[in-house]
Amino acid sequence: MRWSGFQRRYAPYIFVSPFFILFLIFGLYPTLFSLYMSFQAWTPSDGWGRWKYVGLENYTFTLTDPMFWRSMWNTIWLGVFSGIPQHLIAIPLAFVIHMVLSRFKTFVTAVYFLPYITSSVAIALIFNTLFATNNGVINLVIAHLNTWPLLGALLPDQNINWFTSANIKYALALVVIWQFTGWNTLLYLSAIQAIPKDLYEAAAVDGATRAQQFRYITLPLLRPMMFFAVSLTIIGNMQLFEQPFVLLNGGASAATPGGQTATMYMYRTAFEWLEMGTAASIAWILFVFIGILTYLNNLIFGRAARGGD
Amino acid sequence: MKQILSLLALLLLFGLGLAQKTTLTVGVFPNLDDALKSQIQLFNKKYPDVEVKLVIQQYADHHNALTTALATGQGLPDVAAIEIGFVGRFAEGQGFEDLNKAPYNAGQYKRLFTPYTIAQATASDGRFIAMPVDIGPGTFFYRVDILQKAGVDPKNMMTWPGYIAAGRKIKATTGAFLIADAADVAWINIFATTPANTSPYFDAQGKVIVDSPRFVRAFELAKNIRAAGLDARVGAWTNEWYDAFKKGTVATQFSGAWLQGHLQNWMAPETKGLWRVQQLPEGMYASWGGSFYAIPTTSKNKALAWELIKFVTTTREAQVAAFKAIGAFPSLLSAQEDPSFNEPIEFLGGQQARLLWRDAARRVKPLRANKYDRIANEIVTQALSQVLDEGKDIQAALTEAKRLIERRMR
Repeated sequence: MRWSGFQRRYAPYIFVSPFFILFLIFGLYPTLFSLYMSFQAWTPSDGWGRWKYVGLENYTFTLTDPMFWRSMWNTIWLGVFSGIPQHLIAIPLAFVIHMVLSRFKTFVTAVYFLPYITSSVAIALIFNTLFATNNGVINLVIAHLNTWPLLGALLPDQNINWFTSANIKYALALVVIWQFTGWNTLLYLSAIQAIPKDLYEAAAVDGATRAQQFRYITLPLLRPMMFFAVSLTIIGNMQLFEQPFVLLNGGASAATPGGQTATMYMYRTAFEWLEMGTAASIAWILFVFIGILTYLNNLIFGRAARGGD
Repeated sequence: MKQILSLLALLLLFGLGLAQKTTLTVGVFPNLDDALKSQIQLFNKKYPDVEVKLVIQQYADHHNALTTALATGQGLPDVAAIEIGFVGRFAEGQGFEDLNKAPYNAGQYKRLFTPYTIAQATASDGRFIAMPVDIGPGTFFYRVDILQKAGVDPKNMMTWPGYIAAGRKIKATTGAFLIADAADVAWINIFATTPANTSPYFDAQGKVIVDSPRFVRAFELAKNIRAAGLDARVGAWTNEWYDAFKKGTVATQFSGAWLQGHLQNWMAPETKGLWRVQQLPEGMYASWGGSFYAIPTTSKNKALAWELIKFVTTTREAQVAAFKAIGAFPSLLSAQEDPSFNEPIEFLGGQQARLLWRDAARRVKPLRANKYDRIANEIVTQALSQVLDEGKDIQAALTEAKRLIERRMR
């Protein structure tokens, strides 16, 4: 009697406890600890507990650090030039797949989705080979196009070194666009499928062309999904790490400051320079920054997402 | 007998029993693990009851794992291998035993080693945290076939202007690049011109000196090579780097003596007999790589750990075994007298290169580690890339680098 009362009362909590235990250990604890750490100075190789309270020093140091701002600028540049094209490609692509290729929809979506589920490390290694200066496929193609009459004048004569500080951003943006466009296409395709067919039929009866249907029916009704997809892109791009890290060979990134993103800079501050407190402050500044961007995104797309207008 | 007694005394000191097989864990990275395996076989002849367990991780992972383990004091091995790039900052921390103190008394062994290695493992407060196991005397590799085709005498490359002039001739006649990355020339100049007993980036008072004429000249040389189109703009340890060695598209390379082992074993075995080495230009001598062994303060087997470290670093047979296994250049002076040093190296066309490297190793000046060496290194690397890739003015880049390093010295 008593046992079954105990069961009834506590069994649900025991069943949900694995998630909360794991979340406390791997989610909440590191988050709170990094907040605490951002007010301390700690060289981790000195050992546990040997940190010193420094107040806001880490934050003032980071906010006045030119290397941090350069990495932020790189992150924002990459966020814009790899983020916007993803959506500009994905929305029309989803529309075309839905309208024209609907018979092969599953297959086509799977193909576009493939880069998203491929490991970033494998992708970066492949692109490393493609972007190689002296015998990479991309430079070979450019060299070939160079022999064409009109196009040749626009292209450089020498092999492009994609891994210099100035060029690495373009290479990185291309990798990120290639990897995540498929994911956004899938999101938009699912939203387009949810748009009632009779809207298009009514428009067709009124004599609207395909382009007009896209402009006046599909786009407005996609706004909730745009809000969601753009939010994910903002969060993902502001935390871009593996692609530049692997493409730049990890340690070699000091020689290519142009490809150093904010999270890479945070990683180097923590593990190369052993300034844990400063690295924690970078994490929290980045958190606030992402929060602001998401809020702005909410202002642009958000009302539609909540169903109002 | 004496050794066994001293070991017993040590064991008593640490309150340990050696009743059964004792396990000793060693954290190590490739290919130092191959050297260690050959040394352990010899070690077990002396200490059959000790089982040495290796924890092998890639170079970067190994040092990251050490950093994390030091931070928490958990999961450290009994003996840790440390590469030269990390030994300075680990020395400044409190995570490793001071080997100057009893029961180690490492002071008595210091004269046995190549002198500059001792300074590398000494913290600014005088603690000595790691014993040197191998060293990397900097050397000048060149492709004898390319130089002959271009009609260049390697002796004429022994000054930096001569080196660049030869590079132009090589590029014009054979199409081969002078070097993979112009930055290497800057770095070897920066390291080799550092005055004895200071850090490359800081003077004796700890002031940042990265805008001094030493750095300006090093940057100018690299910039001249880049501007003349003489470097392949290929970074070290990339597929393109290996490919350049294989195909012979670069004529020279500055590196540690250990590069010969890598070239011979996997990078470009087919170029056997085409390479030669000589000393660095203008009488420069520099250290390029090196490894150490240290005992974490959390080690539960400090006495045995010390026995193992002493064995691999101070006995001639262990040092020669590592040399034969992977070509790790011995830090122990007496091991450098081994007859194998006179052997001609077939890969280098029968050159007695080890004698040349031994000579270089003895002329390298001892550098002092500074807590901020690593940060300074990265910031200067970044400045160099801005000069070479983005056309930034040298003086402006170095002034900026100085300011950035000073900011970090908190």
